[in-house]
Amino acid sequence: MDSVITTAAKEINRDEMEKLKRSAAQKALFRRRTGKFALVIVNLAMSIFVLLPLLYAVSIAFMPSSELFTTDMNLIPGNPTLENFRQAMVKIPLNRFIVNSFIVAGCITFGQILSCSLAAFSFSFLDFKGKNLLFMVVMATMMIPGEATIISNYLTVSRLHWLDSYKVLIIPYLTSAMGIFLFRQFYKSFPISLYESARIDGCSNLRFIYSILIPLTKSAIGAMAVYTFINAWNMYMWPLLVTGSDRMRTVQIGIGMLDSVDSQSISMMIAGVVMIIIPSISVFIAGQRQLIRGMFSGAVKG
Amino acid sequence: MNIKTFVKKAGPYIYMVPAMAVFAVFLFFPFFKTIYLSLYKTNKMGQAKLYVGLLNYADLLNSPSFFNSLLVTAIFVVIVVSVSMLLGLIAAVLCSKTFPGIRIFSTAYALPMAIASSSAAMIFKIMLHPSIGIVNKILGFHINWISDPKYALACVALLTGWLNSGINFLYFSAGLSNIDETIYERASVDGANSIQRFFFLTLPGLSPIMFYTLVVNIIQAFQSFGQVKVLTQGGPGESTNLIVYSIYRDAFFNYRFGSAAAQSVLLFLIIMILTLCMFRLEKKGVSY
Repeated sequence: MDSVITTAAKEINRDEMEKLKRSAAQKALFRRRTGKFALVIVNLAMSIFVLLPLLYAVSIAFMPSSELFTTDMNLIPGNPTLENFRQAMVKIPLNRFIVNSFIVAGCITFGQILSCSLAAFSFSFLDFKGKNLLFMVVMATMMIPGEATIISNYLTVSRLHWLDSYKVLIIPYLTSAMGIFLFRQFYKSFPISLYESARIDGCSNLRFIYSILIPLTKSAIGAMAVYTFINAWNMYMWPLLVTGSDRMRTVQIGIGMLDSVDSQSISMMIAGVVMIIIPSISVFIAGQRQLIRGMFSGAVKG
Repeated sequence: MNIKTFVKKAGPYIYMVPAMAVFAVFLFFPFFKTIYLSLYKTNKMGQAKLYVGLLNYADLLNSPSFFNSLLVTAIFVVIVVSVSMLLGLIAAVLCSKTFPGIRIFSTAYALPMAIASSSAAMIFKIMLHPSIGIVNKILGFHINWISDPKYALACVALLTGWLNSGINFLYFSAGLSNIDETIYERASVDGANSIQRFFFLTLPGLSPIMFYTLVVNIIQAFQSFGQVKVLTQGGPGESTNLIVYSIYRDAFFNYRFGSAAAQSVLLFLIIMILTLCMFRLEKKGVSY
């Protein structure tokens, strides 16, 4: 580019060159602007494509059943109504399911953060026999798919008479190898001297965790909380096996009770689905930045 | 030994107790119990009754139904992984340069990861409904997607691909932001067009994260259950009888816990071998 400009500059006078420069700059600006504009358009199309199932669900949830059952295109409800949401709340004890899911997901999230940060603390700041072996064992558990142990787990909890209770939904999920790994990865970035000097000043281990580690790893905890909460909220197979009554069902299982494809219930069922998607999506949107920062600052680096 | 030295010795282990107790009771114990069960015939309560050695495995390997389920799972995994990685990659490339509104768009692309497989399956059930579903309306077809063995598997796979695309978008976005901007500038000075830049710079630059994403995706796809349960129940016929669904059906409908346990062990082996193979390959093939 430079050389082109300099050779051109020899042949034309200053005025013409100024003009040329200005028009080139304008062209570049124009091209950049149209480029940006095109990018927005393409993104708009792509995101509508990706979100189509969700948008469609929201639209159906507000649609009166009579409008749904036509062979015409009906993307947007003509007479939006809240009747479907009301029906869904009346037909099944959705309130109860939502409360159950909040209790279960909340306890699992809190428990995982606690157990994982304690274990990760021990792995990164303390010395003990068999540390590396133990850590390898923890990592190896990531290779065991939950589905491969679910039968034995079911037999265990049914023998303990735990079926259909909160504890059966919560306790098996109170720790995770991924969480331990994530926290350890974070703790590794702290110098060991931080721990040692705290100890010399008479700080106990628990105090060190509570007043130094936890405040310093807020972003990891945030990421972990968002990820765990969403997964617990969306859990399907385990609650399906171990809950039998309306008292204990979680949202994902409960909403299945609305699932019968007779004509009246479709819009009601989708209204129910929309209602139970809202909490997980809200948590995701609220915690998205935390999640991304936490996920990629330690765990995955190319 | 006085209390102080005991605390000092045991201390590190005490912090492990909560995590390790849960692992021991709900992961290690059931893992070995599953292996144990897979060697027995069981009664309806799931108690091991008769030692049969490897007979459960032999039965599985002679069963066309099990092979069908393996084949279906393999096809499923291929479709899911390609769809979800492609969607994630396209979205990540579209969001790799800043433009107004990028935050909203990236939230939109990542959003499917927050949605439960069962909820998504219910939405898709309506979208694919033969008479009122939007898919038939847009395409002008009259196909009964879910009840047709030709399409059912593809439908479940596309749904799963969509669900998994959200996290892939995040992985790929992180990968793209790690690529040094200046190589693009140098390449455009050398006259590389955007397609060349994508294939010769972007893709190789993404290869480390691409690899990780591939492993995670395959493992995740193998574990799909909720969408099959809600959308097709393994049918029509056995056309969507994925391995996890087959385990579920054998154990909790047919009460053949031994056979289901044997399938669980095989599922574990498949996932373990895949993971190890890929880590092997990673060391050999991928350039950093």
